[in-house]
Amino acid sequence: MIDPAVLQQLSAIVGPDWCLTSPADLLTYSYSATPRYQRLPDLVLLPRTTAEVAEIMQVAHANRIGVHTRGSGTNLSAGTVPVDGGIVLALHRMTSIKEIDQENLTATVEPGVITSKLHQAVEALGLFYPPDPGSMNTSTLGGNMAETSGGLRGLKYGVTKDYVMAVEAVTADGRIFRAGGKNMKDVAGYDLVKLLCGSEGTLAIITEITLKLLPLPEAKRTALAAFADMDSAARTVSRIIAEKIIPCTLEFMDNGTIRAVEAFSQIGLPVDAEALLLIQQDGPQMICERDIARIAEICTAEGAFSVKMATDPTEEAALMAARRGAIPALARRRPTTILEDATVPRSKIAPMVAEIRRIAAKYNVDICTFGHAGDGNLHPTCMTDERDGEELHRVEEAFAEIYEAALGMGGTITGEHGVGESKSPYLEWKVGPVGIDLMKAIKQAFDPLGILNPGKIFAKESRKRVVVRS
Amino acid sequence: MSQVKLPVELPEDLLVSCMRCGFCLPACPTYREKEVESASPRGRIALIRAVMDERLAILDIAEKLDACLGCRACEPACPAGVHYGAILEQGRAAVTAARPNPWPMRFAYHYLLGSPLGIKLAGWGLWLYQRLGLRRLARALGLVERIGGKGLADMERAVPKAASPWRRASLRRLTPAVGERRLRIGFFRGCVSDIVFFETNRNAIEVLSRLGCEVDLPPGQGCCGAVHGHAGEHDLAVAQAKRNIAAFEQGGYDYIVNTAGGCGAALKEYGHLLAGDPAWAERAKRFATACRDFSELVDQLGPLPMGAMPGTYTYQDSCHLRNVQKVSQPPRNLLKAIPGAEFVELPESDRCCGAAGTYAITQALLSDQILDRKSGQVRSTGASTLVVANPPCQLEMIEGMERAGLADRVQVKHIADVLAEALRRTT
Repeated sequence: MIDPAVLQQLSAIVGPDWCLTSPADLLTYSYSATPRYQRLPDLVLLPRTTAEVAEIMQVAHANRIGVHTRGSGTNLSAGTVPVDGGIVLALHRMTSIKEIDQENLTATVEPGVITSKLHQAVEALGLFYPPDPGSMNTSTLGGNMAETSGGLRGLKYGVTKDYVMAVEAVTADGRIFRAGGKNMKDVAGYDLVKLLCGSEGTLAIITEITLKLLPLPEAKRTALAAFADMDSAARTVSRIIAEKIIPCTLEFMDNGTIRAVEAFSQIGLPVDAEALLLIQQDGPQMICERDIARIAEICTAEGAFSVKMATDPTEEAALMAARRGAIPALARRRPTTILEDATVPRSKIAPMVAEIRRIAAKYNVDICTFGHAGDGNLHPTCMTDERDGEELHRVEEAFAEIYEAALGMGGTITGEHGVGESKSPYLEWKVGPVGIDLMKAIKQAFDPLGILNPGKIFAKESRKRVVVRS
Repeated sequence: MSQVKLPVELPEDLLVSCMRCGFCLPACPTYREKEVESASPRGRIALIRAVMDERLAILDIAEKLDACLGCRACEPACPAGVHYGAILEQGRAAVTAARPNPWPMRFAYHYLLGSPLGIKLAGWGLWLYQRLGLRRLARALGLVERIGGKGLADMERAVPKAASPWRRASLRRLTPAVGERRLRIGFFRGCVSDIVFFETNRNAIEVLSRLGCEVDLPPGQGCCGAVHGHAGEHDLAVAQAKRNIAAFEQGGYDYIVNTAGGCGAALKEYGHLLAGDPAWAERAKRFATACRDFSELVDQLGPLPMGAMPGTYTYQDSCHLRNVQKVSQPPRNLLKAIPGAEFVELPESDRCCGAAGTYAITQALLSDQILDRKSGQVRSTGASTLVVANPPCQLEMIEGMERAGLADRVQVKHIADVLAEALRRTT
């Protein structure tokens, strides 16, 4: 519980309308998009300015109150769930796009700007902000930076951290600082900008972000290829890259996902296909045409039994519908949908998909896999029921083994969802004891009292590696 | 902790199926205005679930549920197909059980909108009120505002003159098809529509008959029950549904047609409403599948002969016509087909205007905030006619045009009135 005098101080900073204490309001900030994680905060604050954030942190610091920064609450690693109560600091009211600099090709935004709103604003000027996480119509750019969100265009264009050039942030004790700038070259000291990318609200509170922009590509071409086996699809991916073509999107769906999408939306997908690849290239018109034609040839040469090409936006939308339908189709199947993001080097996609299938069968759980084949970021998605404890236990065991398999192939436990609370028991598997020590030392330097998003990234106890691989 | 339980068993799967992904947030008009999670669909589902899990009392969340428009724009946005409307209605029923509606509302739900006779009496009452100078007296005394608050007073000002009781009684039961009979239609008059928008219903019948429909007005029909369901009066909603099903099922109709997007959505959901009642489930399903919105059927049967009606037209979706009935193209197709008319899309026409049934009365401030944003968007189109497909939207937008000082520049018309006028211009 927060002392009434402190509560009054905090309420005075943001104004009573934006200091929420009713049981109903607290409940609606007790969760994120991560199934099964929910805890009540003691207080929700919705500041509008950096100065308010700084004042809040001064009070929180003086009284050692935990602060959980939150945007729209779309994260999938329980990163914004207030583990031990305290304050939820919701920044979704800081929604100003402060500047779009057409000379330096940058956009400066407040952290609560919705990702797709920035897309619309810059595209109206012929500019391009590539990161497009699945939740982009809801997610905030502050959250994207804190989680280093990826999306469908990662292969060619990278992820959020590749676009963050400068940041304004508030420290745990309430000081405001800036790092980076609009300079393409800047080696003045440690790179605090990149350090804050993916820091999940544990190092500082991001209050302003300057993002790099690109010119909007002139054209886009899309193809959808169906394969009778996983290996030919994987070979196709490798060969496209080996031929020095980097498509902007190279998405994959397994047979389970294809069947689910077709059952739900009847768009004529080949339900016998073991794999579908959705491939998109953007850029100057002529290069687009050349690349997509060559990509289609490669698909056929590697054994695709069907290759469809879109020639206009309507046809393109029809092809994209296959991939867009994946989550809706899977989510309708059972009450609870657990969307994971185990990631492997691109060359390991086929063995990884086979491993996931083997593991799902071993634990008798329903897992379908789709994801970003081009960058190795897979989304094994488990359909289950959070009310069935026994089944959930099997799901947990299966995912532990999937992480283990990904690590065994040189992959990682999370490609774009972050560690948060749900992956924290597995972090040491990936980074090792030395890595954990270094990360904890960084955390200590930024937040000696441990009030910024407490309970995240670092687990009280790492999970034992029970799975012995042959 | 309150012991109030949800009165009707809500399938728990319905609540658990919300993944909390938040994809509904950008679609929600109240979340945009209030900027807090408890004003979002995801938040409200979490709140109702917390009541079911006995972590919150129903009265803790009452005010949060009151603030929902019930526009259901969240449903098309939901990747998991969560049936938000059903969840909300059950939540509201629980609220009403713990905190009964205020007496003027209860009176209206039970007696005025609760039976065909009540609707008739309400029609008389409104007509007398408007004709006998009572209206001026009531306004001078601020009576309406005192009974129903600012929202009701605003609405009262926007209500057009009710048709006289004898004019309403003059409507023939059966209107034959013009030319060869293609279809036999059972026409659902509605309650507010039948009193305040009587001419709209007449016009719709004229258009349908011109397209070869024989239109019958079966007696015994009443209010669709939407207003009851939205207000948490679940039992009354069920009673209306049963009465209407009984009134229509012997008529041998090809379709059951109405002109109110909100009512039509309620009619089409009778199957869900009565799914748990073995004696009625099948009958309700049959009734629901026969229901069509006026514009849906006209677009299907067309082309309607139309004379020139120059002007710039724009269209505000009825939320329940769009989000629940999934009818959004037919009204647009029809308007675009009017000779000499220019059709301009209204920005965010898929967002609620703030009327939302009785919302404009019960949540006047937030409703006005939403309405003013909408009126500004109407202004930006430069349209001379704003077309609607649902009587409450029509009342709300008339009020909106007045508030925005656009009343003399923009006419607010129901699509049936527009089409009937175009039809009469063919000579």
